[in-house]
Amino acid sequence: MPRAFTPKVVTASDLLEGDVIYLTESDDWTRELSQAELITDEAHAQLRLLLAEQQPDIVVGPYLADMANGPDGPEPVHFREAFRRKGPSNYAHGKQELASNV
Amino acid sequence: MYNYTEFDTAFLAERNAQFRAQVERRIAGHLTEDEFKPLRLMNGVYLQLHAYMLRVAIPYGTLNGAQMRQLALLAETWDKGYGHFTTRQNIQYNWPKLRDIPDMLDALGEVGLHAIQTSGNTIRNVTADHFAGAAQDELADPRPVAELIRQWSTDHPEFQFLGRKFKIAITGAEQDRAVTRAHDIGLRMVERDGEIGFEVLVGGGLGRTPLIGKAIRDFLPKADLLPYLEAVLSVYNLLGRRDNKYKARIKIMVHEHGIDDIRDRVEERFAAIRPSFSGIDQQLLAQIEPQFAAPDFLATDLAAYDATYKRDPLFRAWADTNLTAHRRDDHAIVTISLKAHGETPGDASAAQMRIMADLAERYAYNELRISHEQNVILPHVPRGYLPEIHAQLRKAGLATANVGLISDIIACPGMDYCALATARSIPIAQEIATRFDDLKLEHEIGELKIKISGCINACGHHHVGHIGILGLDRAGVENYQITLGGDGTETAAIGERAGPGFSADEIIPAIERLVLAYLDLREDKSETFLQTYRRTGLAPFKAALYPEAKAHAA
Repeated sequence: MPRAFTPKVVTASDLLEGDVIYLTESDDWTRELSQAELITDEAHAQLRLLLAEQQPDIVVGPYLADMANGPDGPEPVHFREAFRRKGPSNYAHGKQELASNV
Repeated sequence: MYNYTEFDTAFLAERNAQFRAQVERRIAGHLTEDEFKPLRLMNGVYLQLHAYMLRVAIPYGTLNGAQMRQLALLAETWDKGYGHFTTRQNIQYNWPKLRDIPDMLDALGEVGLHAIQTSGNTIRNVTADHFAGAAQDELADPRPVAELIRQWSTDHPEFQFLGRKFKIAITGAEQDRAVTRAHDIGLRMVERDGEIGFEVLVGGGLGRTPLIGKAIRDFLPKADLLPYLEAVLSVYNLLGRRDNKYKARIKIMVHEHGIDDIRDRVEERFAAIRPSFSGIDQQLLAQIEPQFAAPDFLATDLAAYDATYKRDPLFRAWADTNLTAHRRDDHAIVTISLKAHGETPGDASAAQMRIMADLAERYAYNELRISHEQNVILPHVPRGYLPEIHAQLRKAGLATANVGLISDIIACPGMDYCALATARSIPIAQEIATRFDDLKLEHEIGELKIKISGCINACGHHHVGHIGILGLDRAGVENYQITLGGDGTETAAIGERAGPGFSADEIIPAIERLVLAYLDLREDKSETFLQTYRRTGLAPFKAALYPEAKAHAA
């Protein structure tokens, strides 16, 4: 039996800033994971990833990252995505600098 | 130190202009990421977890005050006010924007610095003994030769697309402070019949397959160095594996073919190309050598030093740990620790960089070094100036007296920054340092090198740590493996894995058990951790690490 599809978001790095961005339902990119589109269907996931891959002038290295459905939108299930969402642990840099993300 | 010629300056300006145009073409959409990536890597630009990262070469770890000040300017203007000094004696900026990087490279060019070949499958920044030119145990200063290698390897057309990256380290001293045995090529200056030449080691390296380099030539005359290096590289370029990234380093080639077979191939190639070296390289070296001449050493009054040493316990503690004997009795080598307890190993703020630049200019003949252990060195300091230097370092938070001790930890950036990492390293280093500072045991423990890597690529040199820590991802949780008995010096050894890994919560108590076991096991205070480990072997340390296993066995 094929493995059940787990929810995902499309994420990438911004070409100019290099920071972490996520694809939204309205085809825009957001810097807040809570605003990202949580994808629950495998075929739809592939289409969304294709859309991202067609924007090399905006994003670098798009991929599908596993997420859980939390009360405030998508939540990381792996610590790597948790660090990408938050920023480094030794300084309050990266996304931690934006008060809305704390 | 080496001063750029007109040729160097023009070369660098042209190269930076090329990269500026490449960045513009990428932003305009004329280059894909696949096309752009090798170009940016050749210029030291990575895309990391949260941002781009610019890795700037500090050739053989040598800087002057103006260069250090320029590094501070970059940190302040285009980054977040700090930089991270690395185990390859480089500096990394963690937050540059793509559009700003060409300006950063131009600013570096103003002081004769660059980021060329700090990444990619090329010959990387040549590293050297950070005490070069100052150490007591030195045969000769290795930096003129390191500079010659830098010029030869920069943009060398034959070696721009090697199977994998290639790292060279060089030392002119008896004690190996440059980890030459863990490099693709390690060069040790040796003397035979009054002539200085090199012992050439090949095939060392850490990473997923740690191996100690083997001697391919016991004595190579100085004039044969470049043709011989070219012969080694050219054999590797053709024979090294390209089918599997993880088997592409020269160490695997040496391991698979055997050192004798490789030696024969290298000698054959060497014989073929040696005649094409007409001696221009030696003329060039003769022009480089005077630029590394020792400064005109000043005689200073030692009374102030002696008086402060007697009177001030903080100064005394710092002098006892952070000073190394200089080749002149009235001078000292100062190691400025970038390992304040609880701070990030190897990080310095722009303000700290400026203070170190000031101190170098005012008191230390305008020379600075970066060590692979992520500290900053003032290689030549008249002893009379030490109390004043210490006072100024204290004000800047740079006077931590811990060089060579348990909190002088090498740590890679780990998953706090690095896209390749499998776990974090920095918080583990911070917690170990803070814990042993709280216990007030650091000076009692004595010499102990802990080295932490956040993935199997081993940028944190964990295999050659007396205690090595490797961070892994085990079923979605950070997990830390311990290796023991590693050594990066002339008695190099790869550490032995102690057993199953520990979670992030368990690793600090595990290190504490290990160190307390050492204090029980050592014969006396003069027996270091590494000596005790070599005497007793793994068993008693393993028992301390895994007390439950012992209980079950009993």
